[in-house]
Amino acid sequence: MNDLATYNFAYLDEQTKRMIRRAILKAIAIPGYQVPFASREMPMPYGWGTGGVQVTASILGPDDVLKVIDQGADDTTNAVSIRAFFQKVANVAVTTKTKEATIIQTRHRIPEEPLRESQTLVYQVPIPEPLRFLEPRETETRKMHALEEYGLMHVKLYEDIARNGHIATTYAYPVKVEGRYVMDPSPTPKFDNPKMHRSEALQLFGAGREKRIYAVPPYTQVVSLDFEDHPFEIQKFDRPCALCCAENVYLDEVVLDDRGGRMFVCSDTDHCEDRRCAGHAGPMLAIEEAAE
Amino acid sequence: MYVAVKGGEAAIQNAHRLLADRRRGDRSLPAITIEQVVQQLGLAVDRVMAEASLYDRSLAALAVRQARGDMIEAIFILRAYRTTLPRFGSSEPIDTARMKIERRISATYKDLPGGQLLGPTFDYTHRLLDPSLLGDGAVAEPARKEPGEAVMRVSDILDSDGLIEGDGTMPEGHVPGDLTREPMEFPMPRDLRLQALARGDEGFLLALAYSTQRGYGRTHPFVGEIRIGEVEVELDVPELGFAVSLGVIRVTECQMVNQFKGSANEPPQFTRGYGLVFGQSERKAMSMSLVDRALRTEEFGEDIVAPAQDQEFVISHADNVQATGFVEHLKLPHYVDFQAELNLVRRMRRDYETARDGEGDMKEAAE
Repeated sequence: MNDLATYNFAYLDEQTKRMIRRAILKAIAIPGYQVPFASREMPMPYGWGTGGVQVTASILGPDDVLKVIDQGADDTTNAVSIRAFFQKVANVAVTTKTKEATIIQTRHRIPEEPLRESQTLVYQVPIPEPLRFLEPRETETRKMHALEEYGLMHVKLYEDIARNGHIATTYAYPVKVEGRYVMDPSPTPKFDNPKMHRSEALQLFGAGREKRIYAVPPYTQVVSLDFEDHPFEIQKFDRPCALCCAENVYLDEVVLDDRGGRMFVCSDTDHCEDRRCAGHAGPMLAIEEAAE
Repeated sequence: MYVAVKGGEAAIQNAHRLLADRRRGDRSLPAITIEQVVQQLGLAVDRVMAEASLYDRSLAALAVRQARGDMIEAIFILRAYRTTLPRFGSSEPIDTARMKIERRISATYKDLPGGQLLGPTFDYTHRLLDPSLLGDGAVAEPARKEPGEAVMRVSDILDSDGLIEGDGTMPEGHVPGDLTREPMEFPMPRDLRLQALARGDEGFLLALAYSTQRGYGRTHPFVGEIRIGEVEVELDVPELGFAVSLGVIRVTECQMVNQFKGSANEPPQFTRGYGLVFGQSERKAMSMSLVDRALRTEEFGEDIVAPAQDQEFVISHADNVQATGFVEHLKLPHYVDFQAELNLVRRMRRDYETARDGEGDMKEAAE
């Protein structure tokens, strides 16, 4: 029982890594197609990033620099936990700087800073099937993908418009990859969808519980579904970040008091810090600093 | 205030320290030993082994202690260890006909070769709290019988008369699937379904089995036989040319005899539902055999009308480690998505108010 705690580099055994790498290669070869893979039981719960962790563990080398974000922030508890996991089992360098990272594992956001060719973005995916909530059966949805039968999705978006006057999907907004597969971008806000389009970085998606891997290779066309008369549009915030004054970024709403006080700050904490270091200051920054 | 998002690392460390403290409890009491858990909470250990698919009493007991008695957490811990173990090969099928029996009952025959053997069962105990267990009183030695001949299986008795369908043979050269090493695909063959059920959540299978009894996919079941005892696990070693024994495990097997089926080509026969579980767990083995039979609905040309008959529904949701992970992941931060929804709801409320005010203006103008 004492020799129990010896684990391979990056936790997974090499056979498993090979199996996952094959799935990743297939996923890259067929952009947007969900490749089934023999997802392993990981030492963190399903639904907490086991797919992303397996993908990262399979592509991680000793020279990689890893960044892990959740909700855009490096310091959310689950991001801390996953980063600590890889420090422990792979002893790799970690960073919070988007620029410095070679692999970025993310949940729910794409960094504001455009990614480069040498970088890989690994998404944690809860439900990989974009058609799942229209058709609960895997046997059916696989058929629909094979036949490129996406009418149901358009009907759903159309019904949104008929009911609300606009498409009422705000996150996990479906995209079409390279004109073929409809893909779930994972529950990122639709604000991030345009960043996927022709991204220089390789984008890998891992869904552990659902046992699927899919990919968007660099420079691949990723188009959010819409209609000619109801074009896709992203969220707009009517004020800049309260700390770094950034505009055209995704903001989190922070409740300041019980009298309705709110402040809106960058969801991407690294981006926000970078801007503050560069001398940008929002209206709340002085107050924050005074409080510290 | 906003810095609330900082300090995740320290918070996690402190939480884990507190967890360790609560796990240990009052330090003036002796710590519970793994041996005590193995010996005195044996059925908890059995359940953890069964649903973690790893037969190791000490490790399962360690997991129970580490999880503070939370069974699903213990199962999870043991599974996460199991998944890292190398696979040397597949054992020969265990032969439950050669089981060293501790309990064996049949509901279909009053008496039968080998007899009815109650064994260590809660059945027929009156569920009255027992004050004598508050202390550590002497416990009498049980009556024992020398193990005799191998006891014939009830299914074999029926089979010899041709009254029950065959035990199911796999095509020549069929390699049993491995649920933990291959991605799941539907429709799923029975060997993989049984694997999934064997590690499926006891409570979920119990509820599904119960639903078939209450009319959601009735199968008219009879307990042909339940047997609990030890069987030998053997591995065929190609270099040696014969199978070697790896050791002995305790299992619970349930053979359910179900409503018969016949056609122009086949005489009427009873059908089978099968359950096999590590350790002693009759509830699980019985539930498993009921659900196994229910999942064979299509095989018998019956319509799928109930949840327990629906492979995708049953197999996709039977795994409690998957289920608990995904349900509990809702407590992770979702504020980015929530922000998106918040913005949308605000926008829709604005649209609504504008529309309502507009209507009011129109009305006034009309008046």
